Amino acid sequence: MPSPATDESPPQPTGLVERLVRDDLDRKRFLKMAGTAGAASFGAFVLAACGSSKKAATTAAAPASTSSTASTSSTSDLAILNYALTLEYLETEFYNKVVKAGLFTGKVGSLIKDFGQQEMTHVEALKGAVEKLGGTPAAKPEGKFPINTASQVAGLAYTVENLGASAYLGQAPHIQNPEVLASALAIHTVEARHAATLGTLVKKPVTPDGAFAVPADMETVLQAVKPFLA
Amino acid sequence: MINHEIPSPELAACEVHGMTRSSFILRGALATGALYGAGAVAPFVSAAFAQSGGGDAEILNFALTLEYLESAFYTVKGKQVGLSGQAKAYAREFGAEEEAHVSALTAAIKQLGGTPVAKPTFAFPVTNESSFLALASVLENTGVGAYNGAAPSLQSKAVLASAGSIVQTEARHAAAIDLLIGMSPTPNQGFDRPLTKTEVLAKAGPLIKTS
Repeated sequence: MPSPATDESPPQPTGLVERLVRDDLDRKRFLKMAGTAGAASFGAFVLAACGSSKKAATTAAAPASTSSTASTSSTSDLAILNYALTLEYLETEFYNKVVKAGLFTGKVGSLIKDFGQQEMTHVEALKGAVEKLGGTPAAKPEGKFPINTASQVAGLAYTVENLGASAYLGQAPHIQNPEVLASALAIHTVEARHAATLGTLVKKPVTPDGAFAVPADMETVLQAVKPFLA
Repeated sequence: MINHEIPSPELAACEVHGMTRSSFILRGALATGALYGAGAVAPFVSAAFAQSGGGDAEILNFALTLEYLESAFYTVKGKQVGLSGQAKAYAREFGAEEEAHVSALTAAIKQLGGTPVAKPTFAFPVTNESSFLALASVLENTGVGAYNGAAPSLQSKAVLASAGSIVQTEARHAAAIDLLIGMSPTPNQGFDRPLTKTEVLAKAGPLIKTS
């Protein structure tokens, strides 16, 4: 576990979610808003977070609010999409590094490669979605992952995929646009398939939550991915 | 949001009924599909929205029928066939989870003021472990597509959250079964294809004897 970033200024402009993770002030603001107003305040939160930043706001929210077709709902959808995009960037980078490390061969190796490629298609699709909604895709975060042995990496992949599945599940009820929702669901179940597959590889439960998968909110997920941000 | 540059002719056929025409993620999916050979996405968008009305209770009753089917398949047929090893373990575990889905959906339908459908009787054309697992794969993957296809039509966000929670479990079942029988755990690659009610009935209908 790295020590949490405190007052260092970020070396360069970063994506929305990464900044959230790094910036305690923004995170507290988020918690407060999420606690009081619930999920409906995502859009407002994004704007608040931008306002509190001394750097020029480059997140999706600003362009969305000026687009003729944008609404408050598309603003919060944008925040969700950029959050998902950040997670997918991390997953993609993780699999890339795993594949490069050459820890897996044969059937498992090709599954790992497939999963990485599928995460990459999620990145491309989410980036496109943000742009179609009139937003600016979140910047690609710099990830760092402990990659040592095959079993350790498979265990980490299982954790990461379970997190991804619960993250999508946590956002689905907050998505306003039915097309965005349909697409998020299409990705959600693929993350679940990845998680289950890895579960069989590491002899962990295929359905760790039993019959009803448990969603995770943004704050929980961001805390969990924090160690993987460089 | 209309009249975007269309990068690929297939997209022209990609129309969402009653919705805006631009299908951002799916457009992206199609573009990446072309890049990575991920397969056809064109039927995907329409399918997600082709569910007819009827409200949340009707959608949940359709889901309940499927859950009754899966539950009977694992718990009743699984015993008749005489499974062993991992297949037996999955049938026990997944069967219990499908039963939990039945209970949850029944309660949800009542809460919405609807009447849960009666449990149908089923006939499963399987005689041994391998045909059992092959049908399990079809049922689980159909379940995933059914929920993903119906979910955007749900009005209640609470019901949507429950359906999402269930479909994730179905996807996990599907992947585990597919791996066990040497098939890809991600048959639709990066994007699970939602199914229309008609597509679901084509798979599940022949197994339902009475309702």
